[in-house]
Amino acid sequence: MKIALSFSLLLFFIFSFCRSNAQIDSSLLKISSQDSAKAGLTMDAIYERPFLKLGKLPVSIGGYVESNWQYVSHSGTTVGHQFQFRRFSLFVASTIAKRIKFLSEIEYENDPQGDPDQASAGGEFEMEYAALDIELHPLLNLRGGIIVNPIGAFNQNHDGPKWEFTDRPIAMTQMLPGTWNNTGFGIYGKQYINDWMFGYEFYLTGGFNDLIIDNPEGKTFLPAAKSNTGRFTSSASGEPLYSGKISVRNEKIGELGLSFMSDVYNTWQVQGTTIDNKRKVNVFDIDFNTKIPKLNTNIVTEWAWVNVQVPPNYSEQYAQKQFGGFIDVVQPIVSGKILGWENATLNIALRGEYVDWNVGHFQSTGKRMYNELWSVMPAISFRPTPQTVLRFNYRHQMQRDITGNTIGDNIGSTAGFSLGLSTYF
Amino acid sequence: MKKKTTIVMSAMIVGASIFAACSKLLPSAIDPQNGLSSPVDLSNAQNVLFAHGNDVFFANRTAANGLGPYFVAISCGSCHASDNRGHPFTMLTRFGQSDTTGNKFLNKGGPQLQNNNLPGYLPQQMPPGATSSRFIAPITAGSGFLEAVPDSAILAMAASNANNADGVRGHPNYNSIPSYITPFANAIPRGDGKYICRFGRKASTYNLVQQVASAYNHDMGITSSYMPFNPYNYLDQTLPALPSSPEVSDDDFNAVVFYVQCLQTPIQRNANDPTVQHGNQVFNQIGCETCHKQALTTGYSPIDALSYQTFSPFTDLLVHDMGAGLDDGYTEGNALTTEWRTAPLWGLGLAPGVQGGTYYLMHDGRARSIEQAIQMHGGEAATSAGRFNNLSNEDKSALLTFLKSL
Ligand code: HEC
Ligand code: HEC
Repeated sequence: MKIALSFSLLLFFIFSFCRSNAQIDSSLLKISSQDSAKAGLTMDAIYERPFLKLGKLPVSIGGYVESNWQYVSHSGTTVGHQFQFRRFSLFVASTIAKRIKFLSEIEYENDPQGDPDQASAGGEFEMEYAALDIELHPLLNLRGGIIVNPIGAFNQNHDGPKWEFTDRPIAMTQMLPGTWNNTGFGIYGKQYINDWMFGYEFYLTGGFNDLIIDNPEGKTFLPAAKSNTGRFTSSASGEPLYSGKISVRNEKIGELGLSFMSDVYNTWQVQGTTIDNKRKVNVFDIDFNTKIPKLNTNIVTEWAWVNVQVPPNYSEQYAQKQFGGFIDVVQPIVSGKILGWENATLNIALRGEYVDWNVGHFQSTGKRMYNELWSVMPAISFRPTPQTVLRFNYRHQMQRDITGNTIGDNIGSTAGFSLGLSTYF
Repeated sequence: MKKKTTIVMSAMIVGASIFAACSKLLPSAIDPQNGLSSPVDLSNAQNVLFAHGNDVFFANRTAANGLGPYFVAISCGSCHASDNRGHPFTMLTRFGQSDTTGNKFLNKGGPQLQNNNLPGYLPQQMPPGATSSRFIAPITAGSGFLEAVPDSAILAMAASNANNADGVRGHPNYNSIPSYITPFANAIPRGDGKYICRFGRKASTYNLVQQVASAYNHDMGITSSYMPFNPYNYLDQTLPALPSSPEVSDDDFNAVVFYVQCLQTPIQRNANDPTVQHGNQVFNQIGCETCHKQALTTGYSPIDALSYQTFSPFTDLLVHDMGAGLDDGYTEGNALTTEWRTAPLWGLGLAPGVQGGTYYLMHDGRARSIEQAIQMHGGEAATSAGRFNNLSNEDKSALLTFLKSL
C-alpha cells in the first residue's frame, strides 16, 4: 500500500513534469493515434490507449479519470445525491529495446459497485498492471509480471472513457471479478491474414481462494478473492490459475473472443499435509463486438458461465453455477463538427444486463433458485473528442433473492440517474 | 452544421427534462402493507438501534467471523428473509426428545442437527434411536408483541377452553429456562420452577433473548456471552473448543434482540372488503378462532409502542394436540409429540411472495396451500377442520380470501 502510494506519487511527479513541458513546447508531446473502434483486438486494449510520447524518450505515459454524480432509489428509499470520484489511473509504457517493452498502470479506485471489495475497504491505490513483454516472434511473445487475466472482453478493456455508461457491467464486476489481475507469466501472439486477425493469450498466475464461497455477500462471489492481496505473492491452493483466450477478428464481421479460467481455489494442504479435497473454479466466457456498416452502430456483448465445486454439506446459498452478461448498443446520431469541436459525436446507447448468481434448483423443493438481476440502461453520451465522454444514464433494475422474493433488503426494483465524465489525459 | 447544433441542443434539453421528471422514473416505496420489516413507532435513538439490528440480522457470517464449524444457515436473514415465513432450503432438524422427560441426546449433539459444516469437518449425523422433526422458519414480524403478552393472559386462554364443545383444550408449554434468562416481572411459574414458554414451533423457548442466543448458537454456530460453546459433532473425536471471546458481540446481540422485538405487526389488507369480513365471520363460526385468537393484549413493556397494545396475531400461544398426522415423535418442554403451538396466521397472505410463489405451511412446510394446511388439522382441531370441509363454496372462498388478507 505505502509502496503503491509512493510509486504513484513518483509517477505523478514525472507526469506533472511532462505536463509543464507540454506547456512550453507542445510538439514534444504527441498523443499516439487512437480510435477505440479501430482494428486491434480487445486483448490489446491495455496497449491501445492514448499515450503521450515524451519527445525522443522511450517512455510514454497516459491515464484516465472517471467522476460522476448519481441519484439512485431503491424501492422508494434513496441515499440522496452522490458525488463520486471513482477512478484515477496512470499508465507508463517504455520501450526498453526494440522488441522489449514494459507497461504499468497504477490506479486509485473508489467504486464499491464496480469493485465490491471497496464497499468495506474504501478507496485504494493499486498496482493494477505491471508487465514486461519480450517478443520472440509475432506469434510468440513472453509476458510476465502483474497481468490482467484475459477473461472476457471487459476485464481487459475496462477504461472508463471507452464506455457510454458510468457503471461497469454488473455481471463483469459482481459475478466475474472486474479488472482481475494476478502475478504470473505467459505467452501471447497475433497473426494477420487479409481481413482476418487472430490472437491468443495463455497465462499461469496466482488465483482465487476460499473467499469465493465464504464471504459476506452470502453467495458464490468470485470478486471476493480480490480482497486477498496475498494472491500476488502466493497461490492459496499452491496451484496455478490457468487463463487463456483466443480471438478472431474480421474487418467486416467483427470480433469474437472465447476465453476461460480454471483454478483450484481452496487451501487443501497445510505444510504438506492434505486437509481437504481440491476444489475447482472454472469460468468460460464468450464476447463479441462489431460495428454495423453505414449505420455505424457499435455492438459489444459478453456472457460468462461460472462453475464452482462447492464443498458437500454447505449452504445452498453458495451456488455451483452462475451465468450473466451484458449487451451494449451504441448509435452515433450526430458526428463531425459540433459546438466547435472538430471530431465530436453524440450517441444514444442502451445496455441490457442479466446475472443469475444461483443457477440451478433447490435440493429441498426441486424448484428454481433465483438470486437474479436484470437491468436496462438507456444513455445519451457526448464525445467532444474520441477520448473524452460526458454521459447521462438512466438505470432500471430488478433483483430477486434466492427464493424469488422481491421485497426486502437489497432486492426489488432500483432505478437511478447518473451523469458522468470520463477522459483519457 | 446548424442542424447538428440543433440536434445536440435538443438532445440536451430532452436529457434535462427527463432529469426534471426524475421522481416519476424512480421506484415508489413499498406499501407498508406488503412488507414486514419496518419498526413500530420508535424514538430517533431507538430507530438507530433498530437499523443496526437490521444490519446485524441480515449480515452473512463467514468462517473468519465465527460461522460454524457446524451450522444450518449463514445469517438470521437467510432463514427469515423479509421477516415472514421461511423457505424449505433452510429448514432445520431437531432430535432427541420423545416425551416430557427431556432430551436424551444432549451428549450426542441434541437438540439440533447442524446439517452444514465448514470444509474439512466431518458431517453430523443423527444418532441412532433418536426421533426427529423438521422446522421451517416461522414469521418473526410482531415477535415483540407476542413476548409482551402476560402469562396471566395465556393462562386465561387455556382456562377458557375447559368446557369447549369441539374438544379444544391446549396448555402452555412449561419448560425449564436457562440460567442467563431473567424471568418477566409478571411471570407465573409453576410450583416445580418451570416457566410458561412461548416461542418456537413447540412454544418451548422463553423469550427473545433465549430465542436469539439459541439461533446464533444452534443455527449458525456462533457463540455469544450467553451460549459460549459452539455446537460440535459427537462423531468427531475432538471435544468442543473452550469458549474464547463471543463470536457475536453483546452490542450486536442486543441490537438484534431489539430489532425482532420492535418489528411491526403485519398489516391486514382489504380489511373493509365485504368478502374479507364475511370470511372473518366464517372463521369465528367454525371454531378456528378458538385457537387462532384474533385479539391479544400486551402488558407493560419498557418500549412504549409495545405497552398495553391490542393486536391480531391469530394465536393463543398454547400447544394443542393436532392428531396423529402431525405427530413426528419429537417434542420439547412439556408438550407431547402430537402437540404444537397454534401458528400465528398474520402475514399469511404475503407468504408466497417470500416462499418462491407458493406456500410452505405448518411446522415443516408440508402444506402447499392454505386448504391443505387446514385439512391437516386433526386432534383438537378436527371438529373445526371438518366444518371447513362442509362449508359452501361461497363461504369457503370467503374464508380463504380472509386468510390471504392477513
Ligand atoms: C436455520 C434457519 C434459521 C436461522 C439462521 C435463524 N432462525 Fe429464527 N427460527 C427458525 C426456526 C426454524 C424457528 C422456530 C424454532 C423453534 O421451533 O424452536 C425460528 C424462530 C425464531 C423466532 C421466534 C418466532 C416465533 O414466533 O416463535 C424468532 C424471533 C427468531 N427465530 C429470530 C431469529 C434471529 C434473530 C436469528 C439470528 C440470530 C434467527 N432467528 C436465525 C429458523 C432460523
Ligand atoms: C385446536 C387448535 C386449532 C384450531 C381449532 C385450528 N387450528 Fe389452525 N393451527 C393450529 C396449530 C397448532 C397449527 C400449527 C401446526 C403445525 O405447526 O404443524 C395450525 C396451523 C394453521 C395454519 C398454517 C399456518 C402456517 O403459517 O403454517 C393455517 C392456515 C391454519 N392453522 C388455519 C386454521 C383454520 C382456517 C382453522 C379453522 C378451520 C384452524 N386453523 C383451526 C391449531 C388450530
